[in-house]
Amino acid sequence: MSTPSAREYVRDSVRELLPQVRLRHWGRWVIAAVILVILGALAYGASQGDISWRDIPYYVISPIILQGLVNTIILAVAAQVSAVILGVIIALMRISENPVAKWFAAAYTWLFRGLPVLLQILLWYNLALIFPRLQLGIPFTDVVFVDLSTNAVMTTFVAAFLGLMLNESAYMAEIVRAGLNSVDRGQIEAAQSIGETPLQRMWRIVLPQAMRVIIPPTGNDFINMLKGTAMASVIGYVELIRAANNIASFNLQVMETLIAAAFWYMVIVSVASVGQSYLERSFDRSDRARGGPTRRARRRLARDLVTPPLVRSHP
Amino acid sequence: MTNIQAAPQRPLLDAVRVSKHYGSNEVLKEVSLQVAAGEVVCIIGPSGAGKSTFLRCINRLEVPDAGEVWVDGQAMGFEERDGKLHELTERKLSKQRASTGMVFQHFNLFPHLTVLGNVMEGPVRVQKRASKVVETEARAVLERVGLGDKIDSYPSQLSGGQRQRVAIARAVAMKPLFLLFDEPTSALDPELVGEVLTVMAGLAADGMTMLVVTHEMGFAREVADRVVFMADGGIVEQGTVDEVLVNPREARTKRFLERVLA
Ligand SMILES: Nc1ncnc2c1ncn2[C@@H]1O[C@H](COP(=O)(O)OP(=O)(O)O)[C@@H](O)[C@H]1O
Ligand SMILES: [Mg+2]
Repeated sequence: MSTPSAREYVRDSVRELLPQVRLRHWGRWVIAAVILVILGALAYGASQGDISWRDIPYYVISPIILQGLVNTIILAVAAQVSAVILGVIIALMRISENPVAKWFAAAYTWLFRGLPVLLQILLWYNLALIFPRLQLGIPFTDVVFVDLSTNAVMTTFVAAFLGLMLNESAYMAEIVRAGLNSVDRGQIEAAQSIGETPLQRMWRIVLPQAMRVIIPPTGNDFINMLKGTAMASVIGYVELIRAANNIASFNLQVMETLIAAAFWYMVIVSVASVGQSYLERSFDRSDRARGGPTRRARRRLARDLVTPPLVRSHP
Repeated sequence: MTNIQAAPQRPLLDAVRVSKHYGSNEVLKEVSLQVAAGEVVCIIGPSGAGKSTFLRCINRLEVPDAGEVWVDGQAMGFEERDGKLHELTERKLSKQRASTGMVFQHFNLFPHLTVLGNVMEGPVRVQKRASKVVETEARAVLERVGLGDKIDSYPSQLSGGQRQRVAIARAVAMKPLFLLFDEPTSALDPELVGEVLTVMAGLAADGMTMLVVTHEMGFAREVADRVVFMADGGIVEQGTVDEVLVNPREARTKRFLERVLA
């Protein structure tokens, strides 16, 4: 074997490259084709169904459905906001040094997280069966400040609100606790060393850092809450599903009205998802910290904290 | 405490028989130490001697089981009333702590605040001083620790040495009566130790009262007015650099120095 001369090397480096034959991913084409065929079959099947597609847009913007949409949003927002506030309070009790407060917080979380939401809603709604009147006064005396009929107070909204909110507050307490615990002890000591009071330490140092851990699972919970309001339909609160059923009870277009409701669920859930990632990003900006938990670690923590929806929001 | 002892010549910092235990572990056994205004005292000693615990008992990050810590004539954590010490609320204790400063081994900068934000936090939030004035001062302090160009950076964007210098600036900005340093260079890469020690030596030269737990014997030799050797929850011996580092009396001190200087 002779070594190639310098001239041959030069020729080799300037010659035309050989054409390359790329690997054909036949498998991918086959799978894609199968999926499309199945989708086509489903679409054809759906079109054969006894459903009046043309009526759906009309239901989407019908005043009854829109009122249901508004009620869904009001219930979800009211329950979530209250749950966050209550959750923070319970979390602070849980991490406090007061043994009674600690115990109470643990029991609270255990109870309200343990019971199915639907059961809690039903219990609140039927409260009048055991307490026909709600009174606020001094026991063993005749002094009564407030005296109300339970049925007048416990409207469908109030019962659904209490059921959803109390359950969610127990989850929020755990989320907030995990957030507070994620902040390094050294942060509190540094804040102490410059003379910050307990309130300042919490508000200025601990909470802003805990937010990065708290926000992602809270966003997920809110999305679950939007869907969880569907359970209020059972006691007659006119949210999206009840609104759809109300229309259907007149004209029997059950599927058409439900699909209109489904459309609105997709819209509000998508909007909430966008809002969530926006919030997450804005709290990330202040956190170029390689020190704190990384974005990925926080997502993992968030995922661990969110209980699968099957357990959460289905009756 | 009689009034005679509370006379003006009393040292700036006076720790009287401070004890602390964790479970059955006696971490501090009646440790007493006095530091005069303007003095620089270095505490050396093996790991587990109780040096950090002692420092944390001084600004009451750790509550001593027994003993008193007097700072500028006030008992830390207490209010002297009708011959008794009444424990302060956490709020009032916080106010007291503002007159002391501390620098931690792991910096403990606030990651969500900029360098300037870290330095201004105490003066603005705790001392409630006008933020315009504070900002001017904070810039000057940061200039002094050589970080005038890092004012808008976040701690995560800085090297360890820079972070510790910010932490020193944060403590200095409070204009404390004295500074406590707990192994300020132990978490640093060797090549970054110098820049932090230089800043500390500068503070000492300016007359800052300093109590420094350190393993940097060079720094102790150069800067300390007094060296304290701690072991097993007590002060074994103390004195000038010559007395403790060059001609130690106690066998424990000798053994320790042989080990660290080897
Ligand atoms: N929070 C704590 N809980 C239990 N033990 C502790 C705690 N802090 C310190 N100790 C113990 O106290 C002893 C002294 O600790 P430390 O003051 O950190 O020593 P040094 O700073 O001299 O190395 C060690 O044995 C340590 O394990
Ligand atoms: Mg230590």
